Amino acid sequence: MNLKAATRLGGRIGHFSIDGVRLPFREGQTIMAAAMEAGVYIPHLCYNPEFTPHGSCRLCVVRSNGRHLAACTTPAAEGLEVESYTDELQEQRRELLQMLFVEGNHVCPACEKSGACQLQAVAYYCGMLAPELTYFYPQRTVDASHPDIAIDYNRCILCELCVRASREADGKNVFSIAGRGIHAHLQINSSTGKLKDSDLEVTDKAAHVCPTGAILPRNLGYNIPMGKRPYDQKPISLVGDVADHEESS
Amino acid sequence: MSQRIRIATTSLAGCFGCHMSFLDIDERLIELSEKIEFDRTPLTDIKTLGHCDIGLIEGGMGNTENYELLREFREKCDILVSMGACAINGGIPAMRNSFTLKECLETAYVEGVGVTDPQIPGDPEIPLLLNKIHPLHEVVKIDYFLPGCPPPAEMFWTFLDQLLNGQPIEFTYSQIHYD
Repeated sequence: MNLKAATRLGGRIGHFSIDGVRLPFREGQTIMAAAMEAGVYIPHLCYNPEFTPHGSCRLCVVRSNGRHLAACTTPAAEGLEVESYTDELQEQRRELLQMLFVEGNHVCPACEKSGACQLQAVAYYCGMLAPELTYFYPQRTVDASHPDIAIDYNRCILCELCVRASREADGKNVFSIAGRGIHAHLQINSSTGKLKDSDLEVTDKAAHVCPTGAILPRNLGYNIPMGKRPYDQKPISLVGDVADHEESS
Repeated sequence: MSQRIRIATTSLAGCFGCHMSFLDIDERLIELSEKIEFDRTPLTDIKTLGHCDIGLIEGGMGNTENYELLREFREKCDILVSMGACAINGGIPAMRNSFTLKECLETAYVEGVGVTDPQIPGDPEIPLLLNKIHPLHEVVKIDYFLPGCPPPAEMFWTFLDQLLNGQPIEFTYSQIHYD
């Protein structure tokens, strides 16, 4: 990271370590934020540096002092020793990923987001070969009412990035999560519950932060050849988050 | 005289694409044929399944015949492998799980374009479709999973090569994909 820039911001510099690598952090930074700034990858789905941390996906859970902590919500502290890339944590991440995969209908061979999907990329990175749990096979209706954006609720992982982006970045309030337990689901805040009757526009941040193929800009599918999609050649730890690529493409 | 490894394969609710991808190991099939021999598979004419070391299955479980064959494979194969997205999560055929079986059958056999004498086939010779497509591991224990639609030829090669040589199975980043 740029130490001079950090000093200019008035942040106090301290140091902590991830898997034995010493990293600097600024006052108030989380483990995740400091790691990202230093280019150290910790798997995550619901974290996006532009928005308030959420702590729902649990993939960024790391180990320190015998405790498991979500790196996205835990502040870095002077001398803190953190473990992230261990067999135990990677195994735990694979189990979490399996849960997310069986909870929805993640038919990658038929999904426009395949190869540019963060859920899929993190699963590759963590070495998940197959979800070995019982599938839910949800039957949620697809919303294709909007001329520019479509939603397949069966791919939603409830990361709330669209909810946060709509509120924090777009100054709108298009999305919310409704329901409890396994019935929790993404909901459109419009009179009909349909996307076409909401304030969402294709230029909104909220239309581009989805880490899976749940919220898709229409008429763009399959426009990148296989082999050239973001995660085809290199893992997400080197390529970075899907949101960065959505903007650059 | 060394005993050759006996392999059976089959396609349940599959498209035969996994078998084609397996054949994509090309001339290495010759090398492989010195180490393995095939039992019942779509590539041989053997009708009944014998005891095998490895069973490779593509396709999800979609009808009663799939179920019976899957159980038989588990019984007779020491190592059972789910190959491809369909065997692992039902794959594209599992998109029919979003509809009732009645809706699917009526769309094809009653309301279908150009259908004459519309009726849902009911001859007992035809295996009955299950209400949903299921992954194989929901029915029997699966020992290995080979993801992909289809799994790349290199994955088949790596898997068989390492398995036959008693090594731990490890795939490279480019060999693992779900699409």
